Amino acid sequence: MATNNDTQLKLWEVFTQEKAGASFEHAGSLRASDNEMALLNARDVYARRNEAVNIWVVPSESITASTPEDQGPFFDPANDKAYRHPNFYKTPAGIKQI
Amino acid sequence: MSETISKEQAFDQKLANGQVIEPKDWMPERYRNQLIRMMSQHAHSEVVGMLPEGNWITRAPSLERKLVLLAKVQDEAGHALYIYSATETLGVDRKELIDQLHEGKAKYSSIFNYPTLTWADMGAIGWLVDGAAIVNQTALAKCSYGPYSRAMIRICKEENFHNKQGYQILARMMQGTEVQKKMAQDAVNRWWWPSLMMFGPTDKDSPNSADLMKWKVKLHSNDDLRQRFIDRTVPQADAIGIKIPDPELKYNEKTRHYEFGQINWDEFYSVIRGNGPCNHERMKARTKAHKDGKWVREAVEAYAAKHFN
Amino acid sequence: MTKQEALVDFCLQIGDTSLIHGQRLAEWCGHAPILEEDIALTNISLDLIGQARMILTYAGQTENKHRDEDKLSFHRDAWDFRNVLIAELPNGDFAFTMGKIFLLGFYMKNLFTVLSNSKDPSLKAFAEKSLKEVIYHCRHAADWVIRLGDGTIESKERMQKALNELALYTDDLFEVSESEKILVQEKLIPSLADLKTNWSHDIAAVITQATLKLPQANNALRLGGKAGLHTEHLGHILSDMQFLQRAYPDAKW
Repeated sequence: MATNNDTQLKLWEVFTQEKAGASFEHAGSLRASDNEMALLNARDVYARRNEAVNIWVVPSESITASTPEDQGPFFDPANDKAYRHPNFYKTPAGIKQI
Repeated sequence: MSETISKEQAFDQKLANGQVIEPKDWMPERYRNQLIRMMSQHAHSEVVGMLPEGNWITRAPSLERKLVLLAKVQDEAGHALYIYSATETLGVDRKELIDQLHEGKAKYSSIFNYPTLTWADMGAIGWLVDGAAIVNQTALAKCSYGPYSRAMIRICKEENFHNKQGYQILARMMQGTEVQKKMAQDAVNRWWWPSLMMFGPTDKDSPNSADLMKWKVKLHSNDDLRQRFIDRTVPQADAIGIKIPDPELKYNEKTRHYEFGQINWDEFYSVIRGNGPCNHERMKARTKAHKDGKWVREAVEAYAAKHFN
Repeated sequence: MTKQEALVDFCLQIGDTSLIHGQRLAEWCGHAPILEEDIALTNISLDLIGQARMILTYAGQTENKHRDEDKLSFHRDAWDFRNVLIAELPNGDFAFTMGKIFLLGFYMKNLFTVLSNSKDPSLKAFAEKSLKEVIYHCRHAADWVIRLGDGTIESKERMQKALNELALYTDDLFEVSESEKILVQEKLIPSLADLKTNWSHDIAAVITQATLKLPQANNALRLGGKAGLHTEHLGHILSDMQFLQRAYPDAKW
């Protein structure tokens, strides 16, 4: 039985927005032949419990990800920049809000 | 000299610190292969697991029960999909994994090689089989491999209702007519021991356990999880008047655990080797669905090639 | 037939169609060409059985003879079922099933669109809720019909054959039943006169895009679903579906 030319279709990543205004979050992956089918499958697989009001689907191959080797140079330099965060700044006594 | 430690040491250290391993992280080949084996086996179990309950969807005794059962079996397809996706992050293709199943090279949980003979089996499966699965999966949700752990968290959330609906089916039947009570008891008699076998062989006979525990893929031994399942299930049986079919079962006040009789491991290994009551039928149904679907998959690929490239 | 009897009968037409269609689709669960489609087909089936529960419950209330959704589903014989014939046909291959969802889906879409303007508040509420579900079924099925029609040589052949066979049963969808006549006369529901034209328009657009040929409906003998004259298949569906309720009539599940 030659099953070699058989396929499970293309791999997609699904992002869902839980409610209007919220950020899109990665929900999972699925397989589909094209973007319309991927969108429909995403609706059936990842929104069947009311988990989404909007969906994005992206071919998995289109995603570029950072690697473990990137970790040091990418993310450690942000460690010592406390001045980017508001709690770095002391508010003078008596002032309730800036 | 932290710069000179080997990749393997760094990996071990990560595990020791309770860190999670992600797909692109370096990992020992044996860790990868064991995960692929274990996760694909889990995904296959979800797929094959659709069949025994699927057997009763068209005969569910009320429209509400039909909807619940249908939604539950659908979830199993979803769970298979989540776990296949998680397995694919280890560098295998879903097609390869499915081919392995159909060629008999991959295993799935033996429990699904038992037949569903009456409606009460839907209750027993939800209560016992899903109950056992939840104990297993709750432990796996804390495993060291990120994608597997995340899939388990999602699955545990969804699976909760599976267990409850099964218990409710039996509870209702135990309040019903004499025949219903008999039917419920008969189903539990048939499913109890195979459910205990779902946790795998006893620790000393479990060939992969040591490695999996070292790597924090498994956090508890087979025997521990089995005991946990029994301890939480027996009182549920008592509450609805179901008898657990084990004359040696008794509560030990000192250990606060139930002691139970000898599991028939010959049966366990025999079913694993393909001699269970439904092994043949289950694989035949799966390969048929796959073969019948081939022209459909080819068609959409051909369409996509024409219109989306 | 009184107005009340007509309303009950009409609700049974809709409810039985959703129920039997959903029952058939549920047979796919675990046997679809790809996992994603197991989930999709099950979703459609769940929608349909949900619709059946809602409208059969209303039929029972309107009838006022102590029959709830289950009594109506599990304790009537074939001659009392009012579903259209397409719903009861065996699933066949994937193309045939998609053809069923496609033709029936667009029928329901057009019917529920009309019923969304019904003067009967329950019927109106049912139609508005179900319309959203059915619009999705139409999209899913149309996507598949287009892909199978314009896919490989084999898929095109299978899809065309499915449509040609199903066309024998499409006149049955538009046969005007006694209850439909009465409800329109009584102005409880708007006219159904444009149903067939609108449906034909919808399906023609998809079939053309699928590079398939429009099948000709030409066999007037395949009629009667709404009047309780069914194919031989329905009896078998019922013997399966109603088994537990019939075997243990005094049991509660």
